Amino acid sequence: MSATDETHDPNRRDFLYIATGMAGVVGAASVAWPFIDQMQPDASTRALASVEVDVASLQPGMSLTVKWRGKPVFIRNRTPEEVKAAQEVKLEELKDPLARNANLASDAQATDLDRSAGKGKENWLVMVGVCTHLGCIPLGQQGEYNGWFCPCHGSVYDTSGRIRKGPAPENMAVPVFSFISDTKIRIG
Amino acid sequence: MSEGHSTYTPKTGIGRWFDARMPLPRLVYDSFIAYPVPRNLNYMWTFGGILSIMLVSQILTGIVLAMHYVSDTSLAFGSVEKIMRDVNQGWLLRYMHSNGASFFFIAVYLHIFRGLYYGSYKAPRELLWILGCIIYLLMMATGFMGYVLPWGQMSFWGATVITGFFTAIPVVGNWIQELLLGGFAVDNPTLNRFFALHYLLPFMIAGVVVLHVWALHVVGQSNPTGIEVKSKTDTVAFTPYATIKDALGMVVFLLFFAYFIFYIPNYLGHPDNYIVADPLKTPAHIVPEWYFLPFYAILRAITFNIGPIDSKLGGVLAMFGAIAMLFLVPWLDTSKVRSAVYRPWYKLFFWLFVANAILLGWLGSRPAEGAYVLMAQMATLFYFAFFLVILPVLGLIETPRRLPNSITEAVLEKNKGGSGHPAGATASPETKG
Repeated sequence: MSATDETHDPNRRDFLYIATGMAGVVGAASVAWPFIDQMQPDASTRALASVEVDVASLQPGMSLTVKWRGKPVFIRNRTPEEVKAAQEVKLEELKDPLARNANLASDAQATDLDRSAGKGKENWLVMVGVCTHLGCIPLGQQGEYNGWFCPCHGSVYDTSGRIRKGPAPENMAVPVFSFISDTKIRIG
Repeated sequence: MSEGHSTYTPKTGIGRWFDARMPLPRLVYDSFIAYPVPRNLNYMWTFGGILSIMLVSQILTGIVLAMHYVSDTSLAFGSVEKIMRDVNQGWLLRYMHSNGASFFFIAVYLHIFRGLYYGSYKAPRELLWILGCIIYLLMMATGFMGYVLPWGQMSFWGATVITGFFTAIPVVGNWIQELLLGGFAVDNPTLNRFFALHYLLPFMIAGVVVLHVWALHVVGQSNPTGIEVKSKTDTVAFTPYATIKDALGMVVFLLFFAYFIFYIPNYLGHPDNYIVADPLKTPAHIVPEWYFLPFYAILRAITFNIGPIDSKLGGVLAMFGAIAMLFLVPWLDTSKVRSAVYRPWYKLFFWLFVANAILLGWLGSRPAEGAYVLMAQMATLFYFAFFLVILPVLGLIETPRRLPNSITEAVLEKNKGGSGHPAGATASPETKG
């Protein structure tokens, strides 16, 4: 009220000003929120559509791409050579030492076993086929490590989908998935 | 310039009635007729007018295109082809709009380089410069979102890569990307919001242009000598001198524009954008529109981690940093002398900077491999060195050439020994930048 009067004690009126101001801020924020919130993925997009894929026809060395949440998921039945090459890589050679496997703990190491579908199913690699750099789709069985190569900015992945060279920061992500039978995979 | 009194005197009764109530004619008269401009402005000063024309052209063609376009992923590509084949004059309007974006950027780059060469950003024009930088940012956002609308392969993958920048931000990056996309990947919600924003942003640009022109009319135009206007003999009236000069500049510019529209309308585009977007197949080489290429090259040049910053975040920071440099120019340049005409070393480095920017653009169009990566790293280093080292240091150590006492003196000196040709508003060829 009296801005020039520096000695005046806080009174009822000051309290009212502050309270009114605060109510205004809260009101403005609560009106602004719907305008921001509507930008987020809507219910139909969020609904975790899971897909089931029959992989019976995939012989070793064959791959399949399915669309899940608008993104491609690579399912590859890896050849024994590819698995062997990936297993022989030492962890300290990796740019990203974490498995990035949604089925495991977030600090799981990027061993080939933890990247694959697990014990007994080491030949199966299921991962979101999106380069972790800027979202392009890498090309399969190409590049220096005969894994994946991203043509956009030159990221090179090995046969386990782990980043080895180039600007991408992380290994390609392994989504939540499970074998619901010997030949069927459910993603999501 | 603004301190000059208004000389507008309404001649008719209606004019006086209007002037007393809402002096809009007075504002127009004072701003675009009687407004004094330096007498030595050269053709590099016509790009402001050219840019206004391009903004109007983009808004007009854009509004009519929006009457035929459908922003749905299953219909967008087809609706653009329908515009090209079925809509009356649709091919012309679309080519005007798509090439118009390119020519808008050609003009804005020349306008920015003009400002850098003649030191137009120095006090008291810092705010004018920053408003210009904001317009440039808005133009980039508008251009990017417009390129997504035809829903071709480059539209889709350009949108994927550019929104991917935001995932580099620690902690909130993924949330921001999902907020922009309205999903987990570029899809229908993305296309719809980009269309809405692509329609909105040009009007925001128009708003900032008003502020830009307002700020210009407060401080007055700079000029090739960089010396402030000191007396009435240093200036000429905006109309007819600047108006006619601007008009000629526009006609020549529009001739080039028309050549592209009618003879090589797809020269600046990318053939992959005539393939409908496929979320499961990335084109072999993703390249953005030509006007983003220098920044794209800077983004890709950072292939190494810098301390705790990984290469991805580093690239994104370098790219945004490259644009941020422009905002800081008024304070990075320590020289008291504005114009490069009187700064021999700055002139040299300016042209090196221009060459380097063109080199970066070319590198941005090349695949990111082999020697191109190293070249892009060197060019990126020079880009930042120009702003962060050369500009501040040069101002302290360079000995500028003798400045004329006034614009009039500079003009008369140039014409010394010549004919009695009137000097007002004519430029000498060597200052044309």
